[in-house]
Amino acid sequence: MTNHVETQDASVAGEATRGFTEILALYHGFGRGAQRIEVIENCEFKLKPGKLTVMIGPSGCGKSTLAKLLAGYLHPDEGSLLIDGRHIAGPGKDRLMVFQESALFPWMVNEENALYGLLASGQVGAGARQRVTALMDRVGLGRFRHKYPGALSGGMQRRLEMVRALVNEPALFILDEPFRGLDAMTRTLMQEHFAQMFEEGRRTALFITTDIDEALLLADEILVMSSRPMKVTRRITVDVPRPRTVAGMIKDERMKHIKVAVTKALYSEAIKAFDGSSRAVAAAGFEKFLDTTQ
Amino acid sequence: MTPHANTHPGAIGRWRTLPSAGRRAAVSLIVMLLAWELIAHSPRLFGFEVPYLGVLPAPSAVIGEWVMLLGDAHYWGSWYLSFTRVFAGFISALLLGVPLGLWFAISPTMRNLFFPVFEMLRPVPPIAWVPAAIIFWPTQELSIISVIFLGAFYTITLNTYNGGRRVDLAIIQSARSMGASRSNIFRRIVLPGTLPSIVAGAAIGMGITWEVVVAAELISGGNGGGGGGLGLFMWDAYLAGNHEQILVGMLSIGLAGYFSSGLLRRFGGLLTPWLSRN
Repeated sequence: MTNHVETQDASVAGEATRGFTEILALYHGFGRGAQRIEVIENCEFKLKPGKLTVMIGPSGCGKSTLAKLLAGYLHPDEGSLLIDGRHIAGPGKDRLMVFQESALFPWMVNEENALYGLLASGQVGAGARQRVTALMDRVGLGRFRHKYPGALSGGMQRRLEMVRALVNEPALFILDEPFRGLDAMTRTLMQEHFAQMFEEGRRTALFITTDIDEALLLADEILVMSSRPMKVTRRITVDVPRPRTVAGMIKDERMKHIKVAVTKALYSEAIKAFDGSSRAVAAAGFEKFLDTTQ
Repeated sequence: MTPHANTHPGAIGRWRTLPSAGRRAAVSLIVMLLAWELIAHSPRLFGFEVPYLGVLPAPSAVIGEWVMLLGDAHYWGSWYLSFTRVFAGFISALLLGVPLGLWFAISPTMRNLFFPVFEMLRPVPPIAWVPAAIIFWPTQELSIISVIFLGAFYTITLNTYNGGRRVDLAIIQSARSMGASRSNIFRRIVLPGTLPSIVAGAAIGMGITWEVVVAAELISGGNGGGGGGLGLFMWDAYLAGNHEQILVGMLSIGLAGYFSSGLLRRFGGLLTPWLSRN
């Protein structure tokens, strides 16, 4: 069963050249006059084709806004977003977003949910149906093909969304904290599933999270974002082969180094949210944390 | 698993197999009918008449009258007339209300233009439209149907509109990002997403049509042409001083409303299979 899927995915492995994404001198804010809030200020980065880039930053820093700009739901105030050299002008088939909350269609059975994008654009053939069946079997949803999403647990819904995203074969995946709200066990399983599916058919992906361990488990490259107004403060390459495990990360020297680097970069941003005496307390706590990691 | 229930599957055994909700309903119905019967016979039984309620005909007399009416063509004709009016008014309310509600939901221009007028007319009770309806429509039948229509129309439109606006934006955005066209998103996302609200609005609207049909028939009925219906059946019984028939009319309308709503719920359930437990 696994073999079957792998050969299918190998056929699209050539697509890893798609999805080169450039964010150039991006500015975005909300509101007017005194109510004006600058969310993104002079943000610049590139996503390499076929790489899993994890964006990590303090919560509320503007990561979701950036995801919406990339998806085309919002238009930037200034700057440009390009995919494979084309400007992003609105939502399009070349990008697919997986949200924090479930965006499955409750009135379609699970198989239809996975096929909707292809059905809507009239691209569904026998091959696509086979692929959905194989992928659903692969993530343990085979028995639920003709059930409604309401019959699935939270973790199963997330897996179905992954299947749906994969089937649509976008040039760029945008995953906005897709595993938030899942219990720790399910979350770990989902991370393993996701890393494995990514390895099988490498596509350009931007994965947003606030969880350092999740970032380290998944990323080819980590972008540490500043607090609002947001920009990239550090860019860290994670050249550790997959599959990775939390247990393995504790032993691996390179991983420990990367974790400290990410934590430091993230800390100096997160600490800005504290003021006065609470900042001193937070700083002391952080020093203690660093002692345990080194 | 009492041995008693197994060896004697009589009335008591069957009673025990009823779900508790059914048993409670039966108890409540029997107690109510018994109390009513006693109250109706109070002058003879207790030597005084229970105030107000004592003038009611006894349930046994009402049931007797009802059984007699079951063979009466005029009685069933009244059912038929009221049903066709409710059906005509309800269906036209559905056909106009659902598209209008959806239009309000998806088009801000439409909403800005017509919603204020809609909201201003909505508080006018359907019964208050009766005189205007009689003047406006060429036939009495059309006046009655138009009043019934108004009873369901506002509720259906408003429920559709609210349902349409509450369709999760994330779901619509996700469909857009998969390259679905606007018309496909409307048909496959907005419409099914609104369907539960449409069904709910239709069920409430159906209830109102039965409230309105009686009043519409009472006021504009009679004088031969275009009369009839369960409402007029009751009015005639009142004029003839036949109290049993008044109650038969009331109970008939209650039953008719119950059947229509039940049918609608069943149909609505078929349209929204994802809402039932899998």
